[in-house]
Amino acid sequence: MAQDTGMFMVPQTIGSVLCCKCGILMVPNAANMCVMCLRSEVDITEGLLKHVIIMHCPECDSYLHPPTTWIKAQLESRELLNFLVNKVKPSLQKAKVRLVDVNFIWTEPHSKRIKLNLKVQKEVLNGAVLEQSYVVEFVSQDHMCESCSRVQANPDQWVAAVQLRQHVAHRRTFFFLEQLILKHDAAARAIKITQTSQGIDFHFANRSHAVKFVEFVNKVAPVRSRHDKQLVSHDSKSNNYNYKYTFSVEISPICREDLICLPREVSTGLGNMGPLVICTKVTNSIALMNPFTLRYCFLDAEQYWRASFKSLLTRRQLVEFIVLDVEIVSPEVYIGGSRYALAEAQVARVSDFGRNDTIFNIKTHLGHLLSPGDYALGYDLYGANFNDNELDQYKDFPVPDAILIKKSYEEKRQSKRGKRRPWKLKSLKMEVDDSRGIADKEKMNSEYEQFLRDLEENPDLRFNISLYHEKDYQPSEMSSMIDGEDLPSVPLEELLADLELDDEKDEDDNTRE
Amino acid sequence: MATRLKFENSCDVGVFSKLTNAYCLVAIGGSENFYSTFESELADVIPVVKTSIAGTRIIGRLCVGNKNGLLVPHTTTDQELQQLRNSLPDQVVVQRIEERLSALGNCVACNDHVALTHTDLDKETEEIIADVLGVEVFRQTVAGNVLVGSYCVFSNRGGVVHPHTSIEDLDELSTLIQVPLVAGTVNRGSEVIAAGMTVNDWTAFCGSDTTATELSVIESVFKLREAHPSAIVDEMRKSLIDSYV
Repeated sequence: MAQDTGMFMVPQTIGSVLCCKCGILMVPNAANMCVMCLRSEVDITEGLLKHVIIMHCPECDSYLHPPTTWIKAQLESRELLNFLVNKVKPSLQKAKVRLVDVNFIWTEPHSKRIKLNLKVQKEVLNGAVLEQSYVVEFVSQDHMCESCSRVQANPDQWVAAVQLRQHVAHRRTFFFLEQLILKHDAAARAIKITQTSQGIDFHFANRSHAVKFVEFVNKVAPVRSRHDKQLVSHDSKSNNYNYKYTFSVEISPICREDLICLPREVSTGLGNMGPLVICTKVTNSIALMNPFTLRYCFLDAEQYWRASFKSLLTRRQLVEFIVLDVEIVSPEVYIGGSRYALAEAQVARVSDFGRNDTIFNIKTHLGHLLSPGDYALGYDLYGANFNDNELDQYKDFPVPDAILIKKSYEEKRQSKRGKRRPWKLKSLKMEVDDSRGIADKEKMNSEYEQFLRDLEENPDLRFNISLYHEKDYQPSEMSSMIDGEDLPSVPLEELLADLELDDEKDEDDNTRE
Repeated sequence: MATRLKFENSCDVGVFSKLTNAYCLVAIGGSENFYSTFESELADVIPVVKTSIAGTRIIGRLCVGNKNGLLVPHTTTDQELQQLRNSLPDQVVVQRIEERLSALGNCVACNDHVALTHTDLDKETEEIIADVLGVEVFRQTVAGNVLVGSYCVFSNRGGVVHPHTSIEDLDELSTLIQVPLVAGTVNRGSEVIAAGMTVNDWTAFCGSDTTATELSVIESVFKLREAHPSAIVDEMRKSLIDSYV
């Protein structure tokens, strides 16, 4: 700067003085003492921790961070370095020294010693900064962490179990729920998941994990739950009680596409809805629609369980109809995220086709989808034999001959049978009880196939779940030529690339437990 | 010879005493040790006077003087001034000066011929210094410090300056004062030289923390080994006789 202003500056040569202790010639510093003398005069590592005992769990290779946290760290890893430095940091701060550098000194793992070389700085004797390195020895004492010792004592020890049940003949609710759970990682803390006859059991190591899971299920399905606890052991002197908790969660048996005859009180409660309604959607509430008037309403879990009812007919009773004529009565309306159009249709059962001339004139809400010649699935009330108290209550209610539920793609699907899909789903690691034989397994496979088809047909259903690319899938040109445009399938852009990190993910899961 | 001593557990002996070739001022302390050390060294040569300046004991920092005179700050009381005039030899002029920078000892460093002063000192003060002390006055800094009185000490034979003084500054100061100078420390590395020691042509008093190394530097630069009041006279006489013969 002085040069810039054009001022003359005398060049300054730093002189030398004698060290005040030993008298050697040196460059003057703040203490006016040579480094050797300064070092002999003051030891800045005085009072710093040099010997620390740390707790190490040999099972999961983690270190105790008092009071209860266990930190997973490999030997000579960054995490371990961080953990160890944090151990000695309070003493550094207390002594007002500054940590400049730290590194591991290699030790034999069996020695149970970890050595760190720390370099510290401190201001001594009117402003001179002294740097010194020293070694801290950490003795790692083996001490099993709580979760490991629990596992050692009894590998499948659970504290809380959630029994998820739906009392229906099929499992598709659980297939869907499984995908939701995977998507939200809701059962990440479950230590065991078992498939049972009418549901799934989730076992947790901690009650709060189970409570959290039950809350999750509460948000995605119309459920009612109750919980119980069983005293396992107790210590009255220290007031410790050890319980096993069981949460019983029941999902409403009403499923999508079910035909329901509402009990009279429910019907009046909903403004004389129905009484014959179809369920269009199930989330944490149930969406009901009258297919003859397009009236719809939502029933939340609390309302449902206050006066619960069952389905009149379920999807297994669906019969295939052929549409002979359709006449749209009202314009398309948009209800609860999907479109409907009221229409009058002439349909005949496919089974009757060519045998007799039984034709039904019915009203349907699928006017926008159907055209003459289409196939549709519906409930055949004409030939059905009900054994339902609710329907008997409505003496003078004119029961229609048939109620169409959805368009059928069965014909078109024929050509595609046995082909692989370009996408796949993940599944929970469930333990399956194999005792019930092959028939059960086949039934389950067909139900699963049905579920996959539902996903293809219903973008609404796909909305909340993650679909992944099937890597092995090779589209054949032939099939793509033959396949009709209108066969519903999953658009490619909806698929997620499956993670290549599959192994790592597993590892992650392991570490989390 | 240099002597190591303490003033009431403080090693800053230069603060509590003022030593010149014609007189020595010491602070009034609780114990007689400090005074008696000076007394035993100097009593038969020059007067050792116990005094306070402006009611304080830090007389070394407040006043400045040489064999010709003594300057005290305007805060000095009349009684103290009177006492100083009574105790000091007649040829020593004692004068009180009106200067804003009242710690004269910190602002002025002098021997019997040259004085270095703080750069902001009044013109009048500079003239008084030149007149009363009979010295040539230079406004200077030592290693960038304006308090030349604190960071350097010199007698008619040598001097010690702040350890961070560059070689160029050292040469310049040495040329001005016309005595050899070294950069050095007292009291185990302290750079406030004037606080740690007080010196005249034949003796020095240092704080008791001063190490042997520092002491040897001081003794050699102030030429205290061979120096005694009588030795100076002898030397002078010898040279005189030499030149006469």
